[in-house]
Amino acid sequence: MSERTDNDVILRAEQVTKIYPGTVALNKVDFNVFRGTVNALVGENGAGKSTLTKILAGVEAPTKGALFLEGKKVRIRSFHDAVAHGIGMIHQELNLFPNLNIAENIFVAREMTRGRIHIDHKAQMAKAQKLLDRLQADIDPKAEVANLRIGQQQIVEIAKALALDTRILIMDEPTSALSTAEVEVLFKVISDLKRHGVSIIYISHRLEELLQIGDYITVLRDGNLVQAARIKDIDIPWIISNMVGEAADRKLAHTSQSTNEEVLRVENLRLPRVGGGFTLDHLTFKLNKGEILGVYGLMGAGRSELFECLMGLHTEAKGKVFLDGKDVTKGSVGDQIKMGMALIPEDRQREGLVQALSVTHNMTLSSIWKFTKIFNIQGEKLKNAVLGMIRNLSIKVPSPQVLISSLSGGNQQKVVIGKALLTSPKVLLMDEPTRGIDVGAKADVFEIMNNLAGRGIGVIFNTSELKEIIAISDRIIVMSKGKITGELNREDATEEHLVAASAVGHKSVEHTLRQQRGSAEHEYDHSN
Amino acid sequence: MNTITATESAPVTKKQTIKIGMLLLKLRTFIALFLVVVYFSIMAPNFLSMANLVIMVKHVAIYAFLAIGMTFVIVTGGIDLSVGSIVGLAGMVAGGLIYKGLHLPIFGVTIYFHLPMVIIITLFVGVLCGACSGFLIARFNVAPFIATLGLLYIARGAALLLSDGKTFPNLVGSQEIGNTGFPWLGAGTIVDVPVSIWILILLGAAAAYIAAKTPLGRHIYSVGGNERAALLSGVRVNRVKMFVYMFSGFCSAIAGLIIASQLVASHPASGEMFELTAIAAAVLGGTSLAGGRGTIGGTIIGAFVIGVLGDGMVMMGVSSFWQMVIKGLVIVAAVVVDQFQRNLQSKAALQED
Repeated sequence: MSERTDNDVILRAEQVTKIYPGTVALNKVDFNVFRGTVNALVGENGAGKSTLTKILAGVEAPTKGALFLEGKKVRIRSFHDAVAHGIGMIHQELNLFPNLNIAENIFVAREMTRGRIHIDHKAQMAKAQKLLDRLQADIDPKAEVANLRIGQQQIVEIAKALALDTRILIMDEPTSALSTAEVEVLFKVISDLKRHGVSIIYISHRLEELLQIGDYITVLRDGNLVQAARIKDIDIPWIISNMVGEAADRKLAHTSQSTNEEVLRVENLRLPRVGGGFTLDHLTFKLNKGEILGVYGLMGAGRSELFECLMGLHTEAKGKVFLDGKDVTKGSVGDQIKMGMALIPEDRQREGLVQALSVTHNMTLSSIWKFTKIFNIQGEKLKNAVLGMIRNLSIKVPSPQVLISSLSGGNQQKVVIGKALLTSPKVLLMDEPTRGIDVGAKADVFEIMNNLAGRGIGVIFNTSELKEIIAISDRIIVMSKGKITGELNREDATEEHLVAASAVGHKSVEHTLRQQRGSAEHEYDHSN
Repeated sequence: MNTITATESAPVTKKQTIKIGMLLLKLRTFIALFLVVVYFSIMAPNFLSMANLVIMVKHVAIYAFLAIGMTFVIVTGGIDLSVGSIVGLAGMVAGGLIYKGLHLPIFGVTIYFHLPMVIIITLFVGVLCGACSGFLIARFNVAPFIATLGLLYIARGAALLLSDGKTFPNLVGSQEIGNTGFPWLGAGTIVDVPVSIWILILLGAAAAYIAAKTPLGRHIYSVGGNERAALLSGVRVNRVKMFVYMFSGFCSAIAGLIIASQLVASHPASGEMFELTAIAAAVLGGTSLAGGRGTIGGTIIGAFVIGVLGDGMVMMGVSSFWQMVIKGLVIVAAVVVDQFQRNLQSKAALQED
């Protein structure tokens, strides 16, 4: 660390401590933000990353410790202080107004006005256009945000931050909702920001990304600073071992437990799209007992819709679905669950959990009929089932009665999994089961998937992380624009294959990927 | 954000104080009821006399019936504005059936029902009104506020139409026809306890049981907490919504029957503004208008706070204009305290962050 001079440090947190009632969220942490670089901040959920960034962005005040901006001690007590010092933050959950257009979103609460009353839309549009141009985004500032893709919305968030002359930009998991192509665009934007002297604090669970984009890295664990280093001096195993401590060497071991016995067959499944065409275009595939089937595809490929159809959410879907030989095409969600189909939704906050209820209530929501005699819920039986599930999935929770919202992300995800498992499913659908959870919890989730497959449950899951899908699946289906564009066995799956197949039908991407795809198909022929 | 920074410098030793504060906040409705009772027993002589207590509980029971039904509706994230009108309509249906029977012009006959039949028909009308709102809300995605606002007008209009706006007086029935006994509901007693209080106890117990111990109860809370998650978990969201509005209509019909019976007459304007009192009672009892939160016990206590406050002020001779101001202040204060508790709770939840 000696070679860095203080001049390079634009923002410095010194011995920052944050105490919440009952816990020490940050314990005497030093953190340096270097000028014009990407400063990665990593740690498992609950390590204190969010707390630290909230302190830097003025959302929370530290219990002890001080912040130094350009060497001078500053107090950042509110969002407005942070803005005055040129510090901006892009939260993981985007804070945009879907009902307003891009320019209005960028200038919300600080509208450019004439005489403080009349909004100068023209000037706002021009400024917004300038910002979007700087971000090389080809979007019309008049477009309504509701109509933008997630990746484009992310760009709008960045533009919003830049409109404030931000010198230090905090990005919390900016890529968690982006497709591979969109991530590339974002990275270009980040490099461009760096060239303009903007310093970036970057939080992500995707470690490969950090190596690609980061300059410095700081690892937190349980509220303590573990290590800080230059990215070029380290590698992924270094990050993981520092993040998780002793339990570092848990690898994604996978042995296929697939049988030849069919549990699910989907024939010609199609879901019409509003305005013609199909969101799901004549899908046919099958799943065996004990098999883990990965579904890969870009955003909008129809992965989530496929799961929704299987669960009976889309009554307009056509085609046939057989579960254990029985036709379950027309069932409601409740019917599907009773037949043995269970879904773990992508967005656990919005679709998986009822925040106001306890762990017990959440976990038994789908399977309450199993614990009911006539009207009455059998408390003892239910309690035992919940406690058993907490033990099996090693959910860290003080008591099953606590509110679900008091758990960390990884543990919340396990409760959602527990909810699905309590219905004793034959087929488990997992929509992005590892999104936004830390390395340790990811390994747990994969282990759970393996165990389930071992018990003869068919698992279908999707993820946008290539390495994961290759490591964990027995077989991979690739979807693009609602069609199945590739089906690969575990042995044949490579990242190139998957990327190529997922881009079929995407004109702009297709062009750049044609060469890659050519070689991929060549290889594919070879292996057959 | 202000509240987050408020206790920023709270050291760990304050943990205990926060816990006690949380407990006091959770029991706030109970404490409020206690204070109100103590205050009036000092200020108003006879307040604690048995006779007065029974009268007060009978008043409270009317609001409590409505508030119990309202609680389920609000917990699912909805609102039911039609309860007051259903009270009026139910009273008119029961009164009409007793006073002039059901006239069928096609057959040229008038049917008089026995009292149990009258009660069943009246309750059925209440459930039907709730089913209408529920159907509009569940099937056609009409906002609950609008659907039940429509029902508010329709039911009130129907109540007025039944008698051309007149009162059905003297609902004692007649011996020859065999429909006597209606006043018993409002004035009768079982082991010295008024019938309406027995009904309140039964209904309250049943509702509390549904809320805590049945799958239906779980589903009501999950729909209000996160409708999408409930749907994906296999909860039949539409059926749950239908149920809560039907149940609310049922409760309103009970209230309508008891009011008509107490007065031994039914007036088409009875129950006006009751919907607001019912909402206030539920909110006072800790039910969140955002859905997902609320208990039957809390609601009943909330109804008692409002009822006792009103009766106590009457006994003290407070002008009715001031009564309204004071009730309003109490309701607003309750919601402010509720928000305060919510913030404190989320702070406590942050511990795990």
